[in-house]
Parts: sequence; C-alpha cells; structure tokens
Amino acid sequence: MNRYSHPALSFRCLTTVWALLLVLTGITVFVSRLDLGALNIWAALGIATLKASLVVLYFMHLKHEPRLLKLCLFIALLTLASFIGLTFFDVLYR
Amino acid sequence: MAKQNDRGFLQASDRQPLLFDWIFSVDHKRIGLLYLYSVGAFFLAGVALGVLLRLELIAPGPTIATAQTYNALFTLHGVVMIFLFIIPGIPGAFGNLMLPLQIGARDVAFPRLNLLSWWLYILGAFMALTSLFSGGGPPDTGWTFYVPFSSETPTNVSLALLAVFIIGFSSILTGVNFVTTIHRLRAPGMHWGRLPLFVWSLYATAWVQILATPVLGITMVLLMVERLIGLGLFDPGRGGDPILYQHLFWIYSHPAVYIMILPAMGVVSEIIPVFARKPTFGYKAIAASSVAIAAAGSLVWGHHMFVSGMSDTAILVFSLLTFLVAIPSAVKVFNWVATLYRGSISLEPPMLFALAFVFLFSIGGLTGLILGSAATDVHVHDTHFVVGHFHYVMFGGTGFAFFAALHYWLPKVFGRMYNMKAATIAWAIIFVGFNLLYFPMMLVGLHGMPRRYYDYLPQFQQLNVIATAGSWVLAAGLLLMFVNLYRGMRRGAAAGSNPWQAATLEWVLTSPPPAESFSQPPQVTHGPYDLQQAGKP
Repeated sequence: MNRYSHPALSFRCLTTVWALLLVLTGITVFVSRLDLGALNIWAALGIATLKASLVVLYFMHLKHEPRLLKLCLFIALLTLASFIGLTFFDVLYR
Repeated sequence: MAKQNDRGFLQASDRQPLLFDWIFSVDHKRIGLLYLYSVGAFFLAGVALGVLLRLELIAPGPTIATAQTYNALFTLHGVVMIFLFIIPGIPGAFGNLMLPLQIGARDVAFPRLNLLSWWLYILGAFMALTSLFSGGGPPDTGWTFYVPFSSETPTNVSLALLAVFIIGFSSILTGVNFVTTIHRLRAPGMHWGRLPLFVWSLYATAWVQILATPVLGITMVLLMVERLIGLGLFDPGRGGDPILYQHLFWIYSHPAVYIMILPAMGVVSEIIPVFARKPTFGYKAIAASSVAIAAAGSLVWGHHMFVSGMSDTAILVFSLLTFLVAIPSAVKVFNWVATLYRGSISLEPPMLFALAFVFLFSIGGLTGLILGSAATDVHVHDTHFVVGHFHYVMFGGTGFAFFAALHYWLPKVFGRMYNMKAATIAWAIIFVGFNLLYFPMMLVGLHGMPRRYYDYLPQFQQLNVIATAGSWVLAAGLLLMFVNLYRGMRRGAAAGSNPWQAATLEWVLTSPPPAESFSQPPQVTHGPYDLQQAGKP
C-alpha cells in the first residue's frame, strides 16, 4: 500500500452518507418555504456547505487524504465564503 | 562557462520541423519563450493602440478617429494589455523560464498541461482578435464589460467574452502547475525558507489564479447567457441586479491586479539584493507579505464600486480592507529600501528598472489610497486620475518589472549580453516619457476630465498635449530598448553563466541552460541571497 492509498469505504458508511444527503435536501426544501428573512440565505448556504462537505469527505475520499490537501481545499472554501459574505455586506444593507 | 557554440535548450532537434519543435515542446524553458514572444507581440500591439488613443486626445473634437472607433480602440487596448500582456506576462514567460530552475527541478509538475495552457492562451487571443472583424464589429464596452451596456450593445461582445473565458482557463492551469511544482519538486535542501522571493511571489500569485479566476469564467458565462437568451440576471426590469455583475467582475478583476503585480514584486526582490551586493533585508517579511497581499487583496474588490449604488456598510467595509492591503505592500517597499541601505549598489540596467519600479509603484500605490478612501473617491471616480493611477501601478509597476526581468534574465536564457549603454539610455527615455505621459493624466483628472470620453473642454488641452508628447517619448524609448535587446540576444558578446554574480540556482547552469536543466537534483546548502556563502561576495 503506498502513501496515497486508503481502505475502501464500507457499504454501510456510504449508505448512511447518502441517506443524510437526502434528509438535508428535504430540509433545504422545507426551510425555503419558511420566511426567516436574511436567515434564509444563511440556512440555505449552511446546508449546502454541509452537503458538499459530506460529498467531498466521503464520496471523494478527502477524509483519507494528507492534511496538506485538506488545507488546500479548506482555503478554497474559505475564499468562496469570503466572496459570498462580503457581497452580502452590500445586498443586506442596501 | 557556456561555450560560444553551445545553444543549450535553444538547439534545434533534427526530429521534426523547427516550428513544431517549439510549438509542441513540453520543455518549460521553451514554453516560457513561447509566452515571452506572444506577450511581447501583444504588448507592442497594445502600445500602438495606446499611442493612437493619445493622438486622438491631443486636441478637443475629432482628430484621427470617430467616437465609435475611439470606444473600440480603448476597449481593445485594455483587453490586449490586461488579458494578453500583463496577466500572463511575468508568470507565463519568466515564471515558466525560471521557476523550475530556481527550485532545482527538471521541469514543472505537469509539462503537458503547461503546453495546453499556452495553447489556450493563443486560442483565446485569436478569438479576441477575431471579435474585431466579425459579428457586429469591435466590442465597445471597455475591458470591464459592464452591464447593462454590454448586454445590449450590438457589437461583437459575446465572442470577446468567450475569449476571456478561455484565457482564464489558461491562467488557472498555470496556477495549478506552479502550486504543485513548488510543493512537490523542490531540490533537496530547498526548504520554504530558502525559496527565492520570485518563487514565493509566484506561489502567492498561483493561489489567486486558482481561486479567483473561476469567478471571472462564471461571470463571462452569465453575461453571455444574458446576451443570448435574455435571462434577466442583471436586468432590473426582469428582477436582475446590475450591481451583482460589478461584484462578480471585480471579485476576479481586483485580485487580478495582484496576479499582475505580485510576480513583478518578486522580480524586484530578486534584483535588488544582487545589485546592492547584500542579502535581502527581511526575507521572511517579504515572503509573508506576498501571501498577505494575495489574501487581503482578494477581499477589496468593492472599492471599484463606491459610486455604483452599493450600500454604505459595504463601502465602509471595503474601504477599510483596502487600506489594510497598503500594509504588506509597504512592508515590501521598506524592506527593499533597507536592503539598499549601505549596500554596494551598481546601477546596471536591471537595477535601474527595478529602482524605477519602486519609485513608480510607490506613486501608484499612494494614489490608490486616494481612490480607496470613499470620500475622495467620489470626486475622482471615472476621471483621468484613475487612468493615471492604474498606469503607474500596472505599467510603472508590472511593466517596468517586466523590463527589469528582460534585462536580468535574457543573458541567462540566450547566453548573450546586450549593449549596457544603449539599455541605460533606453531606460532614461522610458522613465522620462512614462512620467510625461501619466502624471499629467492624474492632474487633468483632478481638474475634472472624465475618462473614456472622446471629447473634452478646451481648458484640459494643455495637459493632454503634454501627455500625448510623453507617449511619443515613451514609444521611442521602448523601441530603443527592444532593438537593443534583440541585437544583444542575436549578436551580443557571450554573457557567461553568471554575469551578475547572483546566488540563486538558475545561475549555476550554463547560459543558455541545457535542455535537461539539472541532470542530477542540486543539493541546496544556502539561502538564495547568501552571496558570501555562494562564493559571490
């Protein structure tokens, strides 16, 4: 086994993640029908981030990758969050 | 030392025609030269357009072009200079040429991807040029493609957008390649504290290329969709938001300013210690400031939008963040000056261009604070002051650093030296012409002359005449510089492997470097500017 290989994920783990994604999709639809004001955006983006994290961590195996790769992806995520967040300083207070 | 007849990587192979030998080469040095020739050609085209623009503005009213042609000229000048020269200029040409050599690697991590990157750049450039002669005529929106005008103008904006989209991919691929190369291919002993500062600057730049450029791609696609099927994303009549376009555009295009200037700062950081014969003052601070500029610079795009109708809260936040970028920028300038302090300074052409960079970039940076402060920005927004300011940063900064890099590294690349006296005279003419051209622009802007206007009031003429005369002086200096460099690279005296007595790894190799740069990975035992330890006191 070289340094880039890792054990295969179990069927149980993958199914659990899939089920979680379905539940989170349901929550997204449900929350979109509530009027929470600006919190609607936070909720939608928060759930989307959680879902994307599950996909990247388990389906795309990031969980088993070296710390450097995790850090690189985290920086990308943080940058995107900053782009969206700073844009909302305009949209929310206009 | 290189033998006179040893052409290193420039040696033609007998396996395929010469042209194919170059345009399908995966050698980083050849790809670097392909970029150098391409960006050089586009730079000259951009200069020609700029001189024509200035000629039009020598007097009020029509001079040499119609208003529509003037709009097309400044759009083309902007697109060519920004997307085809400044952004790919230093990373594409000198990054490719020098990055692997400076870290002791045989090539970049993904050589084929590197070649694809150049091909995408050429494809995008070809499409940008095609947009001039096809469809509804040359785009007339300015390089920013602002809505609603860009979504409605009948000119050939869609093809120009596609061109920018493709060139963006080229930039992303270069970024991915450089980050991977720096992480994975450093020679033994080349730890992060020994990386040349040019490499540090390319590393920071590469991250911005990877993280910000996709936003430009998305924005161009959204605008194309808006134009082609009228989706209504940016049209308030259909529930869209025109300011959203400005956010999306500047989320990329302000960090792009750092894609342009960071490698330029890296070049200057290489040259100053070599020609001051002193180790860099504050190596770690300069390296960290590259990363800090990349990080903070990605969060300040809103300062382009203070008068767009954006919220006051956002103006406050973006103004504050803009001022923060001045800190790491000033860290660099102070460290360069401290490196010069009590150094044994030799004013050879690369150093002259590097010092001009520090002077002109400081003017450009400080005038940027006038624009970063919301109160003063309201008065000078969209005036010629802005045009003068960003030319001081982009041309006085990146342009001069590019020229510094040409004079510093071309003797290594071609193994031949140019005429020092002619280079020094060219530098002086360029420096005078540059200031004659752009300083009056800032003054006329402060007097209230708007940018992008075809016509102007008679009281602005005097400063416009000075600026136009400056453009001729500048063009003459550039001509002398390029002719001198060309003659030097063709017929100059042998430069030797290390004409500047520098301590970074590229100077260990023969000039021109061999096709297989390092047959064995070099063992790095000292820092990049430890001239004493490198035996180059």
